[in-house]
Amino acid sequence: MVFTSTNAERAKIVAGTPVLQLVDCELRFGSRALWHGLTLDVRPGEFVAVLGANGSGKTTLLRAILGLQPVSQGRVLIDGAPPRRGSPLVGYIPQERRLAPPTPLRARDLVQLGVDGARWGTGLRSAARRQLVQEALASVGAAHVADRPVHMLSGGEQQRVRIAQTLVTDPRLLLCDEPLLSLDLNHQRGVVRLIDARRRRHGTAVIFVTHEINPVLPYVDRVLYLAEGRFRTGTVDEVMTSATLSALYDAPVEVLRLGGRVVVAGVPDGPAAEPHHDVTSEVVA
Amino acid sequence: MSVLAADPSLVKQVFNFDDYGALLALEHNSVIAGAVLGVVCGLISAFVMMRDLPFAVHGISELSFAGAAAALLAGASVVAGSLLGSLVAALVIGVLGVRARERNAIIGVLMPFGLGLGVLFLALYHGRASNKFGLLIGQVASIDSPELSWLVGISVVVVAALLIMWRPLAFASLDADVAAARGVPVRLLSPVFMVVLGMVVAMSVQIVGALLVLSIVCTPAAAAYRVTASPVRATVLSVVFATTATVGGILLALGSLLPITPYITSVSFAIYVVCRIIERVHGRARPVGVPARVREPVGAGVP
Repeated sequence: MVFTSTNAERAKIVAGTPVLQLVDCELRFGSRALWHGLTLDVRPGEFVAVLGANGSGKTTLLRAILGLQPVSQGRVLIDGAPPRRGSPLVGYIPQERRLAPPTPLRARDLVQLGVDGARWGTGLRSAARRQLVQEALASVGAAHVADRPVHMLSGGEQQRVRIAQTLVTDPRLLLCDEPLLSLDLNHQRGVVRLIDARRRRHGTAVIFVTHEINPVLPYVDRVLYLAEGRFRTGTVDEVMTSATLSALYDAPVEVLRLGGRVVVAGVPDGPAAEPHHDVTSEVVA
Repeated sequence: MSVLAADPSLVKQVFNFDDYGALLALEHNSVIAGAVLGVVCGLISAFVMMRDLPFAVHGISELSFAGAAAALLAGASVVAGSLLGSLVAALVIGVLGVRARERNAIIGVLMPFGLGLGVLFLALYHGRASNKFGLLIGQVASIDSPELSWLVGISVVVVAALLIMWRPLAFASLDADVAAARGVPVRLLSPVFMVVLGMVVAMSVQIVGALLVLSIVCTPAAAAYRVTASPVRATVLSVVFATTATVGGILLALGSLLPITPYITSVSFAIYVVCRIIERVHGRARPVGVPARVREPVGAGVP
């Protein structure tokens, strides 16, 4: 596994080749299409928010990009190639979840799993790995919790450690699956700022799945809105309007701008919710 | 206590160290078996606790018992029978019980069925009675050489398998979503681990009996998790605790004519209690694994 990219690869990215391309993608479960005709190019450093009701296929989209869910039609390309399970190009941040105490896992162990947890064997203690972990924790302001068990971290601390776990592999595309859920406003802001700083400094593209756009509003370049098997992409001003969302849902939806916030009212209930918080969609035995 | 004090012969039955050197020389197979079992159980115990599988261990051991009883009746190898029962149970639980709720239901259904079958086979069996009860509650300290070779053989396979899948298995057990996203074959590891667990349970049944397997496959890691949050230290401690329980239990039991199991389970439980006390003394306020504050000298801050 190679964690650092070569100069040639970097140059390609800086030139602005899309990191992620979705070409006419369709995903179908039986007779129901979650989305079809989905086409989207994401460039380095871009921040794309993915919005939509429960069951609209947001998490399934992330699974497709991770190579865990084949699309029924169309192509998914990451850096020009089909997605590969465990690719170091793609990082993944899940929503915050409590671990049951006592679980023998400290913040530093969680980050270390991100470094080499997918490799076979036991691995040897190494100073280099330790330093990598320490630096990753320091870069998200979590060096002081390195030795604390993960189940004793606050939600905000846990998500910071999650970001360190993901960034330690130096990904070029960062997939975030509701990472702000159940965090208070202060921690939401801190976590979003970390992700924003990363994409500005390193050109990491961000796909940010969220049901609530306001915490990321100042950072979003584009919105991908999924609803009723259809989708709409564009800037916040283009997509988050009464006309666009009403057309998308085929029902009257009201979008208001209140003091720099976007308020959406009247979104119809989606179909039976998919388990939207679980990328493996299984409880592991 | 008063009963023991009143009847010295009872004490003599429970603890008897006459001719200890000679006994030790005679029973060195058992001590080696205990040490091997301790190492293997300590290792697997760490994963059993991470993956929340104590109930599955109990379920597997009852089917292992049924397999062993069937083999006893048929005059076949008891170890092979117990291994077969274990593996069938482990695979059924691993394949059908992916979600925690389903898994518990399946175990709840399998366990009495296995135990019932075992009781049937034992009732039909007319050999030595000690063979019967040995499978359920463990045997008198005596392991013969062929049994020991089985034990060592299975142990080598188990330890090799665990060392190979160590990191991905820990990743999948502790952080399944991210492990899957990082390319760990989470769904594949689950049945593979169950098969390895089945082997460990089958060999444990030979020594401590089907009813008491948990004392060496669950308790050691449960105790270790009380005193450390480091996964490496927890695993090392778990191995130390399990080995102490098995070897210590066998050494204590050597002179008596009682099964070794109560000695092993008691040592194991005592270690768990001590670990909880240590955790308590260190204080709940301080997260385990964080260095204690430097103690201030007595009277500091008092003018």
